[in-house]
Amino acid sequence: MRKITGSQMIIKCLKQEGVEVIFGYPGGKVIPLYDTLFDSDIRHILVRHEQGASHAADAYARATGKVGVCVSTSGPGATNLVTGIANAHMDSVPMVAITGQVATAEIGTDAFQEADITGITAPITKHNYLVKDINNLPSVIKEAFYIASTGRPGPVVIDIPVDISTAMIDENAEGKIDLPGYKPTYKGNQKQIKQAAKKIFESKKPVIFSGGGVISSGASEILTHFAQKAKIPVITSMLGLGSFPEDHPLALNMAGMHGTRYANMAFTETDLIIAVGARFDDRVTGKVSGFAPHASVIHIDIDPAEIGKIVDVTVPVVGNAKDVLTDLSQRYFELDNRKSIQKKKPWVDYLMGLKEKYPLMYDKKSPNLKPSYIVEKLYELTGGDAIICTEVGQNQMWAAQFYTYTKPRTWISSGGLGTMGFGLPAAIGAKTGRPDKTVIDIAGDGSIQMVSQELATAVSNQIPVKIMLLNNGYLGMVRQWQELFFKKRYAQTCIRECVDFVKLVEAYGGVGIRVTDKKDVEGAIKKALEIDNVVMVDFWIEGEENVYPMVAPGAPISEMLEWEY
Amino acid sequence: MSHIISVLVENKAGVLAKISGLFSRRGFNIDSLAVGTTEDKTVSRITIAVQADQRGIEQVVKQLYKLINVLKIQELEPANIVERELVLIKVATDAKNRAEILEIVNIFRANIVDVAKKSLLIEITGTSSKVEALRELLDPYGILELTRTGKIACTRGSKRL
Ligand SMILES: Cc1ncc(C[n+]2csc(CCOP(=O)(O)OP(=O)(O)O)c2C)c(N)n1
Ligand SMILES: [Mg+2]
Repeated sequence: MRKITGSQMIIKCLKQEGVEVIFGYPGGKVIPLYDTLFDSDIRHILVRHEQGASHAADAYARATGKVGVCVSTSGPGATNLVTGIANAHMDSVPMVAITGQVATAEIGTDAFQEADITGITAPITKHNYLVKDINNLPSVIKEAFYIASTGRPGPVVIDIPVDISTAMIDENAEGKIDLPGYKPTYKGNQKQIKQAAKKIFESKKPVIFSGGGVISSGASEILTHFAQKAKIPVITSMLGLGSFPEDHPLALNMAGMHGTRYANMAFTETDLIIAVGARFDDRVTGKVSGFAPHASVIHIDIDPAEIGKIVDVTVPVVGNAKDVLTDLSQRYFELDNRKSIQKKKPWVDYLMGLKEKYPLMYDKKSPNLKPSYIVEKLYELTGGDAIICTEVGQNQMWAAQFYTYTKPRTWISSGGLGTMGFGLPAAIGAKTGRPDKTVIDIAGDGSIQMVSQELATAVSNQIPVKIMLLNNGYLGMVRQWQELFFKKRYAQTCIRECVDFVKLVEAYGGVGIRVTDKKDVEGAIKKALEIDNVVMVDFWIEGEENVYPMVAPGAPISEMLEWEY
Repeated sequence: MSHIISVLVENKAGVLAKISGLFSRRGFNIDSLAVGTTEDKTVSRITIAVQADQRGIEQVVKQLYKLINVLKIQELEPANIVERELVLIKVATDAKNRAEILEIVNIFRANIVDVAKKSLLIEITGTSSKVEALRELLDPYGILELTRTGKIACTRGSKRL
């Protein structure tokens, strides 16, 4: 019986799980692991801050559907991963984070670089492990990947003490999954599905509400088919962007705080919401008591805890979006579809009218450099085929509103946690997983400074991401709230004129382009897309441009602050 | 409203921390929590008394189910269970009032488990209301220490969780 080290076993297990890329950063307690990795054909991308590793792994998973993997050392390395782990948890992203830990005998002694990372991450992981016996290692890794990628996906942390990675284990030791308390439901209850079909048939004013779960379960195609054949309009959540083609006539686009007027009106007037893989986040519902006051709700979700958490549900269906929609579709089309379409026609016509009347707007005639214009141009010049990552703030909302998402996994943004600094490492992760795609980070000048060191990661690993910096000189989204709700008192939100972003990206070996004039937008984007290197285009947009429509915090979504139409 | 939920979990390190953490994180107040192994050594049973409304308790149960090491959960119907708690009460005494206290202890079918010159240690097992009643009666003598196990409960009849 040949023995191998714990580290060798880790790498062996990762390969068995199909891992091709790891995002990570070394340190004392993972030197043995890195030593093994040195001889492995698993690609390792050295980030410049562990937060970058966790975001990159997260976005790699969102772009590819595979489990993203990140690695850090103990203590500060592990705590630096935390934001990215929380981010993946909030957005249900399959990820495995491997952290080094002090030797088993030192645990609990406040040893050098000891942090209780399983304690710290318990609330922000789907599950976590501290490996105290090398014989458990193969099973733990196997279970971690299984848990991360099945049911409602999420991050799993594996904390591995350094003596475990140097201990010896039988080379042929096989892991097995033993999780008696974990049995995700995929198939929906057939009675409930039948009930749902009947409800939809009876409804005169239904809408489908499509969330991130539709994308992660691979249900976009079946959802699109169903909506199209049944002629039911589709609203998406922010994470649901791309789950239904936004250029489709039935698309009502994104709802919520910065959603379209017609989506929010549809929610307010509908008699039936068919929610799929969406969790009724407060950024969607606004004031819950004023949300969808006339609606029954069919809620399809793989996580039973989401059902009834925020809104009362008429027909709950626990299951995987893809399986349930397949069954629902079959049941539904056994009914008289033509009659059903007829019944819903006035509603659909009404919504199509609203869509025409209240499109997303900005001052197109203005000679000034408008962010919405830039994002529209990006859509045009990429043919809608790029993967768009975003930072957080106004940039994110303009990116959500003015690019047209037609395919799943083309929109990668921090939803639940709203993490500034997500976009750049996310773009790196997405481009690593999808080298065939143009990957763009639509960025804000505040957010990018939280992670600008990752420019080094991108350049040195030849990951040619394109950063479109909507530089307004402000922490713009906060400034917008201050303008609207705090009497324009711009406390600590002006960050103008302190960084030369062109020089910054050039310092890292990338290419910088500055655009201050509307007429140069197109040329700059074209050039950025052509150059085979990391490019940052520094767009000096109008400083006090706001995102509209907007639902004031605490208001019902029927009350929108607006453009004057 | 107070609910008692019984949770069967894998008997592994860190599970209790995950469960109690979930309660505080989701904003629920635990009245009491008792934990111990069951007839199967690999399984522990955690009995939790918690304050919540109906929607709240449903969320608690669903969120608990999301924990990977949780095997089974049951919300116990007060009418259909036997509920017990064990409490130790150290009460101050002197020669004058010792007899009085013994009388109270007898009425409650509690036990004296330690006698000292200036104190008695009383053990009582029962429902929370019984324990409460005894505590009230002993209060005037001066309770020096009180420690309780927290509620445990079992359903009546032969059905298992
Ligand atoms: C890590 C983190 N810190 C603080 C915030 C709060 N916040 C939300 S948007 C925003 C401003 C973002 O500024 P910038 O990146 O320039 O984007 P803009 O809104 O100007 O487009 C801030 C500070 C956050 N979301 N994330
Ligand atoms: Mg800004």
